[in-house]
Amino acid sequence: MTTMTVKDRSIEVNEEGFLVNPDDWNEEIAQEIATREDVGELKEEHWKVIRFMRDDFQANGKVPTIRRMKKTGGVPVKDIYRLFPKGPAKKAAKIAGLSKPEGCV
Amino acid sequence: MKNLLILGAGTAGTMMANKLAPELESRDWKITLVDQDETHYYQPGFLFIPFGIYSREDVIKRKRDYIRPGVELVMSAIEKIHPEENRVALANGQTLSYDALIIATGSDISPEETEGLTGEGWQRNIFDFYTVDGAVKLAAFLKDWKGGKMVMSVTEMPIKCPVAPLEFVFLADWFFTEQGIRDKVEIEYVTPLPGAFTKPVASRYLGDFLEKKNIKLTTDFDTGSVDGARNKLISYDETEIDYDLLVIVPTVMGAEVIGRSGMGDELRFVPTHDRTLQHKEYENIFVIGDAANIPASKAGSVAHFAADTVYDNFLRYIEGRPLLESFDGHANCFIESGFGKGLLIDFSYDVEPLPGKFPLPGIGPYSLLEESKMNHWGKMMFRWIYWNVLLKGAELPIEAQMSMAGKRRAS
Ligand SMILES: Cc1cc2nc3c(=O)[nH]c(=O)nc-3n(C[C@H](O)[C@H](O)[C@H](O)COP(=O)(O)OP(=O)(O)OC[C@H]3O[C@@H](n4cnc5c(N)ncnc54)[C@H](O)[C@@H]3O)c2cc1C
Repeated sequence: MTTMTVKDRSIEVNEEGFLVNPDDWNEEIAQEIATREDVGELKEEHWKVIRFMRDDFQANGKVPTIRRMKKTGGVPVKDIYRLFPKGPAKKAAKIAGLSKPEGCV
Repeated sequence: MKNLLILGAGTAGTMMANKLAPELESRDWKITLVDQDETHYYQPGFLFIPFGIYSREDVIKRKRDYIRPGVELVMSAIEKIHPEENRVALANGQTLSYDALIIATGSDISPEETEGLTGEGWQRNIFDFYTVDGAVKLAAFLKDWKGGKMVMSVTEMPIKCPVAPLEFVFLADWFFTEQGIRDKVEIEYVTPLPGAFTKPVASRYLGDFLEKKNIKLTTDFDTGSVDGARNKLISYDETEIDYDLLVIVPTVMGAEVIGRSGMGDELRFVPTHDRTLQHKEYENIFVIGDAANIPASKAGSVAHFAADTVYDNFLRYIEGRPLLESFDGHANCFIESGFGKGLLIDFSYDVEPLPGKFPLPGIGPYSLLEESKMNHWGKMMFRWIYWNVLLKGAELPIEAQMSMAGKRRAS
């Protein structure tokens, strides 16, 4: 287990950088993860996606897939890739404080 | 008399009907099985068609011949399921009421989901082999192909039989060698996954195999569109891959009737408890096979192991007893690796494929995650087992629950 420090608070993350305790999440931590993932400053467009993901997870207990973000969240896929380049499903989930999207089988 | 209605007479539906028929006869339950297609397709055989190993005739049989007497088979498309009202509307105008329902409507490819895929080039130099039609057309193409760059790509996960596209490139490597044109063919395997396969240990083994066979592996590629006029496969972040021949596994989705009935997720898979296989909302509905949204492989072997759980739990349900959480996601798949050899993987929700011997620890005769001639024969024998054992709902000499016996953890 490793830790990440945000404003003097030490946050536990796993080997891949996902939060160990989802309750630790707040917007500052999201920004810190985004910076580490080379996503840069989170803008309203990013937050829209992050909020949808968190709400959807609350409601369904599953990290939404890109397809679900498009169909249910109404976010065009191209935008998701522009906002969270290189592996957006995983990256956005990490920033949203959720677990790694369910492995494919 | 109560009614058990089974939707779909493919691998899972046929198996369930045959397994339950003898038991339900004595219990005043009637089984009705509905399907729209008279023909049963042995889908694992589709893999061999492009290389001329099997023909269309080798993979089809009449559904009726595999269904036990006592099961009523209704031939019609299913129009809509009304789970609130315990009835199902058929395209032939009939309405069937049920006391309990088993959904086994499977999954299929949806090439229309990808921009440009069914446009120019489709079935000219772009093919699928997940349908008998696609596989037969690809066979005709490969017969005269002189070589060039072949790309095998997986559009998005989950797909049914996640090892099939890997087997395809292994067999292609063999096939082009046999044809004497291997040096004129470049093979590239393109996947949205971070490695060759879904699970880490197997992914490493299979990745090494690709390298050994001189097959280029491109990972993390999320297919956004296909430009058939320019022969390019394009990702959502606008990386392009050129091809002369594109073999593709398009997006795989549950049956359209599931979508029409408002019973599916974004991919039309039905929300199902992953250990009891009961529907998440309706107690009198069980879901088996590719139709379920459980995190297990979409494979005939998985449906076979799941059938034990559905059988037990259906009887428990009608007797008002608590359900068993007995399904563990067990999958057991032979992987053709070309040149008369094959591999075997055996895994579950909790345990990824590991090396070792199967099913008898230390003895086999099959080797897990290792190439052998025996594994190839296992794969070829599977067709006989499918028609003669699996569909009949009979037992295989393999436990439904995955076992750790004979497997090695560290490697
Ligand atoms: C190329 C390929 C290779 C494979 N290799 C293997 C392998 O090596 N090992 C393995 O275990 N599995 C393999 N599989 C997977 C295996 O074939 C499937 O997982 C299995 O057939 C699923 O069974 P099912 O009953 O859920 O669906 P299916 O067998 O597809 O049956 C679904 C049935 O529902 C019917 N249906 C759907 N909608 C309607 C409607 N509206 N009205 C009426 N009827 C309807 C269909 O006609 C069909 O008969 C492979 C699949 C493919 C495509």
